[in-house]
Parts: sequence; C-alpha cells; structure tokens
Amino acid sequence: MKQILTLWQARNREYYRDKGSLFWSFVATPFMVIVLAIAFSSDNQEILRAGIVAASPSAPAGTPFAGDDAISLIVYRDREIAIDRVRFHQLDILLSMSEQNRYWINPDSSKGRLLEKLLLAQYPAEWQKTEISGRRVRYIDWVLPGILAMNMMFSGLWGIGYVIVRYRKNGVLKRLQATPIKAWQFLLSQALSRLTIMLTVTTLVFIGCNQFVDFMMLGSYWLLLLIAIIGNMAIIGISLLMAARTASEELANGLLNLISFPMLLLSELWFSLDAAPAWLASISGWLPLTHIVKAARAVMLEGAGLAEISQHLLILLMMAVVFITISAKLFRWHKP
Amino acid sequence: MSSILEVKNLVKKFAAVRAVDGVSFAVPRGCCFGLLGPNGAGKTTTIEMIEGITEPDAGDIFYRGSPRGERFSLESGIQFQSTALMDYLTTREVLDLFARLYPDHSPIGKLVELCQLQSFLDTYATRLSGGQRQRLLLAVALINDPTILFLDEPTTGLDPQARRNFWQLIQHIKEQGKTILLTTHYMEEAETLCDYLVIMDEGKIIAEGSPANLLQKHFDHTFVCLDREVAQPHLEKLEEPTTVHRDHVALETKSVNQTVKQLLGMNIDLNSLRVRTPSLDDLFLKLTGHHLRE
Repeated sequence: MKQILTLWQARNREYYRDKGSLFWSFVATPFMVIVLAIAFSSDNQEILRAGIVAASPSAPAGTPFAGDDAISLIVYRDREIAIDRVRFHQLDILLSMSEQNRYWINPDSSKGRLLEKLLLAQYPAEWQKTEISGRRVRYIDWVLPGILAMNMMFSGLWGIGYVIVRYRKNGVLKRLQATPIKAWQFLLSQALSRLTIMLTVTTLVFIGCNQFVDFMMLGSYWLLLLIAIIGNMAIIGISLLMAARTASEELANGLLNLISFPMLLLSELWFSLDAAPAWLASISGWLPLTHIVKAARAVMLEGAGLAEISQHLLILLMMAVVFITISAKLFRWHKP
Repeated sequence: MSSILEVKNLVKKFAAVRAVDGVSFAVPRGCCFGLLGPNGAGKTTTIEMIEGITEPDAGDIFYRGSPRGERFSLESGIQFQSTALMDYLTTREVLDLFARLYPDHSPIGKLVELCQLQSFLDTYATRLSGGQRQRLLLAVALINDPTILFLDEPTTGLDPQARRNFWQLIQHIKEQGKTILLTTHYMEEAETLCDYLVIMDEGKIIAEGSPANLLQKHFDHTFVCLDREVAQPHLEKLEEPTTVHRDHVALETKSVNQTVKQLLGMNIDLNSLRVRTPSLDDLFLKLTGHHLRE
C-alpha cells in the first residue's frame, strides 16, 4: 500500500507542476463552456424539430411535415423518450398517428406553438392535444455533460496512456522494474492518481462554471459522482490497454487519436443522434463516452435515479473490468 | 574468496544475432568485477539478464548459490546505461520516492553526502547536468543499501572531470565492501576500478583475470613510441616488432636501453619518444585485431 501511495503522490505532483496540463484543465475547459453558453444563450437554433412515434425506422406515408425542408422530422420508437424531448424543449412537437392523431407540445415553447398552428392549418383532422410542461433545457445544459466527459476522456487517455508510453521509451519504467514494485501496483497507482485528478478537476470546473451558467441539475450529485468514477475507470482501462506494450510516442499519439475521434463525434457530445441512421447509433452504443454522457444527462436533465441509469453503469463497469484485466496481462515494463 | 554471483552458459539471441553466446563467470564477494568490451560486445545484454530485466534464451544465474528470487531483488542495486527520471520531481523527491518503494532503505542524508547531491537537492531531476544526473542515479541504485551493485557504463557521456569524480565515488563504495559488477568500454576505467576483468567481444569472453595478471600473461615487453611521421621512414630497418597507430608507431621491446641505443645509432629524432607499459587496449588489439573504441 505504501508503494502504491508513493507512486500515486509522485504522479499527482507531476500533474500539478505541469503548467500545460493545468491550463488545459482549469482554463481551456471552462472557457469552452462559457463561450458555448454565450453563443447559444438565445434560442437561435433556426430549425424546427418535429417527432413522430412509429414502429418502423422511417416515417409512415402521409406523416405531416414529411418532405418539408424547414422542418426536421425525427422518428422515435420509444414514445416516452420522445415525450421527454418535448418536455425539455429539445423537440418542438411530437406526433403519434397510431394513437388517434395525438400530438404533444410544450406550452412554453414558442416553436412548439408555431408548429401546432401549422399542423392544424395544413393537416386538418381530429387532432388530440396533450401539453407537457418542463423547464427548457438550454443547449448549454444539454452539452455540459458532454464537455465534462470530453475533458475526462482527453485527460484519461493522454494523462495515463501517453505518460506510460513515454516512461517506457525513456527508461523510467525500466528503473521502476528494478525495484520490488509489481506491475499491478504501478498500474493501480497510475489509475488511482488519474482518477483523483479527473474527479477533482471535473468537480472544480463544474462548480466554477456553475457560478456563471446556472446549470440544470434535477438529479443527485452522488449519482453524478458515481457515473464519473465508473466512467473514468472505463476510459483509464482503454488508455492502459493502448499503453500496455507501445513504446513509441508517435504511435501512441496516433492510437489515442484513433480512439478519441470516434468518441468525439459519435458519443452525442455536441449533437443528438436521434436523427442519425440506426447503424451509427449502434456504433455509438459501443463507446464508453456515450454511456457516460447519456447517464449524466439523464441525471442532470431528467432527474433519473440509479435504476434508470443502471444499464449505462453496468456497461461502463464491464468495459472497465475487461480493459483493465487485459491490459494488466499484456503489460510490459520495457521495450520489446 | 567465495562467489556471490555465478552465471553459466548465458545465451541471448536477437533475431539471427547471438548477442551473448555462452558466457560463464563467477563474481567473488566484495570484488569490483568488470565486463570490458567495445560497444555491441554483449556487456549490457549480459548485465541486464543478470539483473532480471532481460530473459535469457539459455543458461543459469545463481545469487548466493541459488536461483535469483526476492532476496536478490531486495539486495541488488542497479544503475542502467540510460535512464530518465520522472518529470517535475526534485532530486530530494526522487530519493524519497525510491526509498519508499523498499521495505528498508539507507538514510537519505548519508547518500546525499556520499554522492555529493547537496547542491541540487531542490532542482528538478530533468534539469540536472550529466554528471549530477549520474550521481543521483547512483544514489537511487544505493537506496536499498545493496549487497551487490550493477553499474552499466556509468560514466559514458561524462566529461573527463565528472568521470574522475564518479570513479572516486565508486572507490568509496568499494571501501564499504559492496560487490560491484561494472560494464565499461573505457580501459582506464577498468584499470582504475576493477579487481577482476572479463573481456568480451561479439558476445563471447575472450580473456579474463585481474588487470595486472592479464597484462602480465599476454605481454613480456614494453612499448617505445615515436611520432608516426618520425618513425615511418625507418620501419623496415627496425629489429623490433612494430604496430602503426593513427598518430604514432609502437615498438615492442624487452630492453628499452637497447632499443634507444639502436634508434640513436640510426640517427632518428627522439624528441617525441615515450615509453609505456602495455594497456588493456593493447591487449584487446592483440586478441581481436581491433581497438576497444572502434
């Protein structure tokens, strides 16, 4: 234990003495949050979004607004998810033709009221209206879990994997190998150090940004912490796997980019994949960041409890266990 | 004197190359044991197999008569040929870090004094000069008060003054009765520090013994040296066997007086004349046909 704590402390020192990593953590991320908050402060997303509940992946023939360039029509299989989208102003109107021409709008949404007028004028029928109230989820509320998760991902991937590869290349690992320390103790110390750093940084950045932008937070902070811990472990696992034998920093950089880019694009950090093809959504389901972001959003924006996010947590936990176990087996101290 | 370490028929291959090819030797307790040879001779591979860093393809290694185990790990100290240290840790923090990785360790203050680290205790290890860094790495190797110390080319890349300072440190460590296994390609280092030498070339041992015995065994003459441009026109007339070096010609002689008389008789300018005893480099040249530092 003393050895793990010693290496944990040494790695922490390296982190907080490196001005570059401090800048990225405490300046760049809040800067991004505040810029996005200002940029999207008004409801200036021009496109109107209508949803349709349907069993098939494409909208049934004769669906209102189909083919209208000004309106994005999104098909939802899960009715409850779609209703929540309306509740939080992420969807302006939701239609269900199979439920006797039912539609949902949020009375606080001006775009919702506009689409309602269009619907009734252009598609006269016996429409049944349901109103769903809920605080408007601003883009910044929606994107914040993504930004924090992205920060965690970069910090986890480069802060542990890249460092281990550098240490293997310059002989630090070989020097440690010549001490009584075991490989698992070294890896655990690095993982714990990164977990401590990421949790501290994420908490401080969240509190700091919350002073400027009052984020929507409907769920439990403890649950958010649990997501951060398990999510971090999954990312650390991927990072350790990449670093298990790699001895070239250039190769490590390439591999980390290869790992991070799909997550950056497909984990719903910046935009929802509701309107994306099913195959893209299924790829997204394999990425740990997707589960971190979805679980965090569910807690923050929908007030979800443990049971509702347990599936995400279970997947993340399994990823963490599998990646960490394989990387511990593959790990080599020195260059092959 | 009983041996503390014994290696038998060590073999290591890298692709088609036998980097270490059937090496056997025994290191007496309390001895400074040197592996001398040019770059690529297999010294580092040999020492790293003993340290447990590289897995041998064949052969046995015994520490205190048994295969190496946890005791070896706790009682050995290692200084590698090239090692970086953690970023953003000071000399003092590096020492504390490594001290806490062992169940018992030497008093840090004693190591600081022995390795002369006082002036840069609060400097980041990555900002040290070559000599300072090697002294810190030596202190790290000594942190567990090892019985046997492995030093792999410890003075490579140091300037002559830093190298001599380092030799003095190793002399002090020798005085403490520790066994030292040292690799080097500097013959002067081997002659100054080592009690016993194994000379390696192309993965094999080509000679072994104490420096004095090795030279006594292979040479019964001294060298009379003259500048090459002075001696070269007269080479055919000289009776003694000669070796032409880059800048001088060495005449092997059993009687310096007779050789000097002969040279005077030939009316050769003796202003550049030097007399020297054979060195390990001469021995290496004799055994392999090339110099240690080629």
